[in-house]
Amino acid sequence: MSDQAASAVSQAIGLGKHVTGPAGGLTILAGLNLEIYAGEAVAILGASGSGKSTLLGLLAGLDDPTDGEVWLCGRRVDRLDEDGRAELRAGQVGFVFQNFQLLPTLTARENVLLPLELTGTPDAARRADEALNRVGLSARAGHYPRQLSGGEQQRVAIARAYAPRPAVLFADEPTGNLDQTTGEHIIDLLLDLRQETGTGAALVLVTHDPRLAERCDRRLRMHDGRLEPLA
Amino acid sequence: MNAWCLTLRLLRQDWRSGELYLLSAALVLTVAAITAVGFFTDRVEATLERQGSALIAADLALESSRPLDVRFADAAQARGLRTARTLEFRSVVMGERPQLVLMKAVDPDYPLRGRLRIGEALDAPDRPVESGPPAGEVWVESRLLRLLDLRIGDSLGVGESRLRIGAILTDEPDQGRSFFNIAPRVLMNRADLDATGLIGPASRVTHRLLIAGAATAIDAYRDWAGSRLAANVTLTDALEARPEFGSAVERASRFLHLATLVTLLVAGAAIALASQRLVERQTDAVAVMRCLGAPRHLLMRVLIGRLVLFGLGASLIGCLLGWLGQAGLLAALADWLGTDLPPASPAPVLVGLATGLITLLGFAVPPLIQLARVPPLRAIRRDLGTPRVSAALALGAAGLALALLILWQAQDLELGLKLLGGVLATLLALIGVVLLLVRLAGRLAGRARGVWRLGLAALTRRPGAAVLQIAGFGIGILALLLLAVVRVDLLESWRETVPEGAPNYFLINIQPHEVEPLRTFLNEAGIATPELHPMISGRLTRIGEHAVEPSDYDNPRAERLASREFNLSYGTEPQPDNRIVAGRWWSQGAEAAPQFSVESGIAETLGIALGDELTFWVSGHEVSGPVTSLREVRWDSFNVNFFVVASPALLRNEAATFITSFHLPAEREAVIAELARRFPSVTTLDVEAILGQVRQVIDRGVLAVEYVFLFTLGAGLLVMYAGIQASLEQRRSEHGILRTLGAGRRTLLSSLAVEFTAAGLLAGLLASVFAEATGWLLAEQIFELEFGFNPGLWAVGVLGSGLAIGLAGTLATYPLLIHPPLRALRGGNS
Repeated sequence: MSDQAASAVSQAIGLGKHVTGPAGGLTILAGLNLEIYAGEAVAILGASGSGKSTLLGLLAGLDDPTDGEVWLCGRRVDRLDEDGRAELRAGQVGFVFQNFQLLPTLTARENVLLPLELTGTPDAARRADEALNRVGLSARAGHYPRQLSGGEQQRVAIARAYAPRPAVLFADEPTGNLDQTTGEHIIDLLLDLRQETGTGAALVLVTHDPRLAERCDRRLRMHDGRLEPLA
Repeated sequence: MNAWCLTLRLLRQDWRSGELYLLSAALVLTVAAITAVGFFTDRVEATLERQGSALIAADLALESSRPLDVRFADAAQARGLRTARTLEFRSVVMGERPQLVLMKAVDPDYPLRGRLRIGEALDAPDRPVESGPPAGEVWVESRLLRLLDLRIGDSLGVGESRLRIGAILTDEPDQGRSFFNIAPRVLMNRADLDATGLIGPASRVTHRLLIAGAATAIDAYRDWAGSRLAANVTLTDALEARPEFGSAVERASRFLHLATLVTLLVAGAAIALASQRLVERQTDAVAVMRCLGAPRHLLMRVLIGRLVLFGLGASLIGCLLGWLGQAGLLAALADWLGTDLPPASPAPVLVGLATGLITLLGFAVPPLIQLARVPPLRAIRRDLGTPRVSAALALGAAGLALALLILWQAQDLELGLKLLGGVLATLLALIGVVLLLVRLAGRLAGRARGVWRLGLAALTRRPGAAVLQIAGFGIGILALLLLAVVRVDLLESWRETVPEGAPNYFLINIQPHEVEPLRTFLNEAGIATPELHPMISGRLTRIGEHAVEPSDYDNPRAERLASREFNLSYGTEPQPDNRIVAGRWWSQGAEAAPQFSVESGIAETLGIALGDELTFWVSGHEVSGPVTSLREVRWDSFNVNFFVVASPALLRNEAATFITSFHLPAEREAVIAELARRFPSVTTLDVEAILGQVRQVIDRGVLAVEYVFLFTLGAGLLVMYAGIQASLEQRRSEHGILRTLGAGRRTLLSSLAVEFTAAGLLAGLLASVFAEATGWLLAEQIFELEFGFNPGLWAVGVLGSGLAIGLAGTLATYPLLIHPPLRALRGGNS
């Protein structure tokens, strides 16, 4: 393992993703390098289809690269099998999705409890309640996702993502399905909670939204399968 | 985390969310049908056994023409069973003149089951008694008193003894129902037998050892004795004691098991469709759980654990419903079975639970295994879709579960294998033909316009889903059409095996000179001229070159047949209820050469083959001829039939009496009294009671089968509902897109109607073909009944199915058109 990889919570080295479809081969990512350090917020911008979500999936160990290495919390993800990656994600990685992805059959509180219970956190219930309280949804803990508005669902998803105090949080277009006011509230929550959890979680944000990107420590643009820093 | 904890939580939540309702309805229905039939047959069999016990006066009876080895009685007593011995023989008793009687000497404990009934005077009402006559006394049938002009209290000469007539015997439980027991019966105490000197070493006596006691001890004894029986000893079980019901009860049981199996198959299809929908709805949730770090083995444990828990719960509810169902059925049949039924054993509950779990695991586990393999990436890329179930895995698991259940439930290897073969062939054919038709619809869609194009394209857009859906509809309609076929055609054929006008009187001992006067008498009485068949007694002495000796046969029935006289007949035409199964009937009528036609069952028992030369000893000389045909005889038709029929040339010169049977309505019984007066030597046998009982078994059996088919009806409707629901998820987003693009509600509604009606027509066409084929197969191969093709079924099947599914599908998916399209586009959560 490289020294750099040891100090970065997430690192991609020479990362490539190539897919073959009926119309021939397509290179989505090629020779991409990236390091994300504890506590920093990194925004990844880019046009639709530029490969932002693919990169996010690879960094989080949700997909296999065609070339290169992916490191997450000091372990080489692309060498792990699916259960090894699941074990790594449990507790270390949080997710916030564009379409919220709450489990429809669980209440808000049970959704937040889920990752804590998966990792066997001893005071899971208390931490879930705290997280819901922090996103201002204590009163709606017993509601099911279908009974919540889009913004409320995303706040539950944020509480779920931060409750296990992850080392890194991946957010895929977290405001993409929300109106502007709600979106801003969500951005506040994402950034504030990162500070408050006290774990110095890194935040990797894939977004179209320049206002959201403005508030991050670093901004990178996806272009032709590579990342370019933005001023 | 604790997998059980997560399993329980998810199960609770799934239940609350309603995602399991369809699956549980299918499962509850299957288990309820299985357990209801299980409880019902269990209790009916126990009842028949009890009634059967009364008919042999015991739970088991050993019978032999020689004294029974004493170790049989010792072994029974050692097991705590009660025993009684009886000896039955023909003898002559002396009043003022001699009279042939059927004598039975019994132990004091006789009868062990059922009751004797006796009367104190000729016209006095009779009463039940617990045991037979005391020593020194006989009980006699009233006929004997009339024949010998005796009264109660008189003495009767029995061999070297004189015994007092103590009572009139009105009913004996094990009297038997042989038509030809025409000698009056006399019951005596076995203690008096030696003094009479009637029994010598060469006497023709039927020795019986009656045994009764606890069911488990009886079972153990049956096993013990069964392996030690000498060739001339038969063991009669209570259930075998009612041979005249055998065919009806067996058919009822086959129908019931068939109904259960059809329910199982149809509900299996509903379970498969519902599981597929569950997988579709849970794909996102599983992808998110994998993102959150749930390992695959945990998910697998949770998914399977949830399925098993759910299966157990639903199966228990099914068992409860099954119990209630059989209680309802038994209440409906109380007049036949009585209300005091033996309790059911707990076995059907275990069978129900096992069936529920096997069905669920067979049909739902393959989709769930795939579910655990959902890539976590699906959480951010919905275009990855739902996981594809491996066709080999899905078919393999479902096929295995079905094979296991069918062979187990059919309780009849032949029925089970035929059904299994039929089901697999039907499924493969169904899938093949649906694929073909879906492709055809695709071509039509290319040429069609507007809503027609949308509707037909919807069918072909997802060929896999369309095949599953149409196959589901097809199975549902097949079940409903089969109900029609079985209910209307098969059950009616069954009823007609004992038609309304079946003969209820037999006349025997008709002398040749009485034939014409009797025919005239019956004609004048308005009874359709029945055929009078000649009957000649003959003893089979040789088959080919081999002399027939009773001791040559190990089979007791063959031994009995070889030792007794056959009732032979002759004729120019076979009886209408006879079917030639080998060889040919003589076609030259009265001029035919000497030859025999033998009933196929007895031919097999005695080892008679087509072409064998048979020799009978008739009236002091030999009569021989070759066997030129074998016949199947429908004994339950109640017509006069013979095991062996000869061509007229062979027997027409022998001394014969005649026999006939006819139907006489109950209100015209006076004809019989007049007949007895005009033809005193003719013996009249009234079989109305037996006929009525057989008819009752059939009627109740039909009712029971129809009742069980209600479950099948439910399963058929459920599978169609599941078929409609199966595509709902995908339709939701498609309709969102189409409406956003400006498709009006009317357009979408019309396209839905086109799609579902087309699916309904295709399914109806297939179901009609398979229903007719299955009906024919069942009738001819399994139930041995006549089957007529039914064109009305096709019209109802195809048009009805198109209309019903078109309407139901459109109505069920209509709510998708009411909600704003944005909700559909955003996904199911909002």
